[in-house]
Amino acid sequence: MSFPSNAAIALDDEQLRRNLHKATTTIRAKRAGAVAELPDWDELREAGAAIKAGALATLPEQLERLEAAVTARGGTVHWARDAAEANATVAEIAERHGADELIKVKSITTDEIELNDALGQRGITAHETDLAELVNQLAGDWSSHILVPAIHRNRDEIRSLFERTIASGQRLDDDPSALTATARAHLRELFLRVPFAVSGANFAVAETGTTMVVESEGNGRMCTTLPQVLVTVMGIEKVLPSWRDLEVFLQLLPRSSTGERMNPYTSLWSGVRAGDGPQEFHLVLLDNGRTNVLADEVGREALHCIRCSACLNVCPVYSRVGGHAYDSVYPGPIGAILTPQLHGLDAAPTLPWASSLCGACLEVCPVQIDIPKLLVHLRGRVTREVRGGRRAERTGMKLIAWAFATRRRYEMAQRLRRLGRGPLANAAAAPWARSRELPEPPAQTFREWWRERRED
Amino acid sequence: MPVALLLACFNDTLFPQVGRTTVELLERLGCQVSFPAEQTCCGQMHGNSGFRDEALALAARLLWVFRDEQAIVCPSASCVGWMRELAPALAREAGDAELAGQLDQLAARTFELTEFLCDELAVEDVGATFPHRVAYHPTCHSQRGLKLGDRPRRLLGAVRGLELLEIPSEDCCGFGGTFAVKNADVSTAMLEDKLRDIEATGAEVCAAVDSSCLMQISGGLRRQRSGMRTLHVAEILAARP
Repeated sequence: MSFPSNAAIALDDEQLRRNLHKATTTIRAKRAGAVAELPDWDELREAGAAIKAGALATLPEQLERLEAAVTARGGTVHWARDAAEANATVAEIAERHGADELIKVKSITTDEIELNDALGQRGITAHETDLAELVNQLAGDWSSHILVPAIHRNRDEIRSLFERTIASGQRLDDDPSALTATARAHLRELFLRVPFAVSGANFAVAETGTTMVVESEGNGRMCTTLPQVLVTVMGIEKVLPSWRDLEVFLQLLPRSSTGERMNPYTSLWSGVRAGDGPQEFHLVLLDNGRTNVLADEVGREALHCIRCSACLNVCPVYSRVGGHAYDSVYPGPIGAILTPQLHGLDAAPTLPWASSLCGACLEVCPVQIDIPKLLVHLRGRVTREVRGGRRAERTGMKLIAWAFATRRRYEMAQRLRRLGRGPLANAAAAPWARSRELPEPPAQTFREWWRERRED
Repeated sequence: MPVALLLACFNDTLFPQVGRTTVELLERLGCQVSFPAEQTCCGQMHGNSGFRDEALALAARLLWVFRDEQAIVCPSASCVGWMRELAPALAREAGDAELAGQLDQLAARTFELTEFLCDELAVEDVGATFPHRVAYHPTCHSQRGLKLGDRPRRLLGAVRGLELLEIPSEDCCGFGGTFAVKNADVSTAMLEDKLRDIEATGAEVCAAVDSSCLMQISGGLRRQRSGMRTLHVAEILAARP
């Protein structure tokens, strides 16, 4: 399905539009307030962009430093070229421990490789422990937002879902804290029972081999401290050279994502330590298309993303259609530039056009990714590299370019403006005319007026 | 001061009053306005749609058309934004550093109309009278691209009789060039919200510095049979009693 047709379906869902409008408006305002508190916000953004650019420019070196440091502290590093390799690695570790279930910290990277399905096929049940991920898992649904995966749901929908699943037979209140308490009771039991966990990573520090998860609910802290075995799956672009770099990102990330000064839980671990926390730690370093993105000198900027989701919340397109229309675990403006690069231009050829190029995303991006520029870059690549389709558009654009190449042809083309009125023109311009009148063509062009005036 | 008018193809063809009022305004302020008749299109539509070679050919043509002009004024923020940012970026991406450098130089001599008035001519009161309630819509490329800030509002604020009204949200109107037809449903949803916000101000006129966005807004207003009309800021600044 293309983005325009997915979007049309989403726009028809009145409840979805109300839920999205309410949620994105609230988060926008919260973020703006948190950002306004810092006088050096723009300098922080510049620092964030520079650190990411530097880390990516030396990526092989940073990853080898990371591997050496993790290994020295008793962890094991695995390299995964693609989703299949990463999933097989996690499944083999689980099977070696005889684990038929595991608990998970919210991780978009593991959604990207569809880890839960892959584990399920090998008889291993993955339990999501983030509240919103749990909601989606129970509903058989998938994430529609990077940070707030169940943004498309309201509390009433969640209440009836819980009554059908983890609280079956009970009558629940739709008060958010009561709903949270229901999930908490369910999750506590899992944390205490299951000794095997999988997480993603927000950052990893090469110099000390430290992996890090930031979160709000404490489920991440539970998953990274209680189990005996911890497996972390991380995209290779998440590595940072030094501990000092965290100073910048721990300011940028919470204020951009949840509009908080600091996230409630920041969990960091370096390998393993006897008698404290997991006694076995595996770090899976995932490529899955990332080195291809890195090879595109313009497009590589997308790898700076720290998954804050500020661009989703401010996007006038995302805030009306929601995440499912993007048909990817990476929705919104960042998804529109990341998905086609990670999974191939022909896998998502309409996504670079899922934007009016309004620039709201660039304005809020904590690492200054020039998303509008990258969208235009990818539109060019799709036009040049994806064969077939868009025949009328290609012909039209070439014709206009030809006509506008000389003054004579341009002025002849201007005379056609009179065709742009009446029922025939409305039919030809159907997508426009569905909700908008065409402009009334003027009797005289500007240059005709200018010529007359000069002759007077 | 001699200035060359870079009008934008859709103003020339569909909204000639924007060009006429820009000329009247600049002449009233003492400029000698020329209109290099060889100009056609800046290439923005092609560039934004993925047709890089065609876009750069049109942008390169402007280099030739405006080769001798020292000050170029354009009443279309999105065209200026394209010439300043994306056109040179696409030239670099295509490996043509020379063209990129020339486009940078052209962009340095090109001013959006309200920039030219506020920064180069250093005027705010242009001597206009327009006794109406006006809601100013800061278009995306003027606000986030060119960072025009309060320049248009300062100019409108100095117009006699004009009551300037603020639209609560700065979200995009949903135009976005070919976005308006390629993603017509999303574009329409964005427009509906924008129209509701504009109408809630109680304004008689919605004004902006981009005719393309105004085409979207006025197209929607006319479809809804609204009494409100749209005007380019140049049309208001040129208005006399």
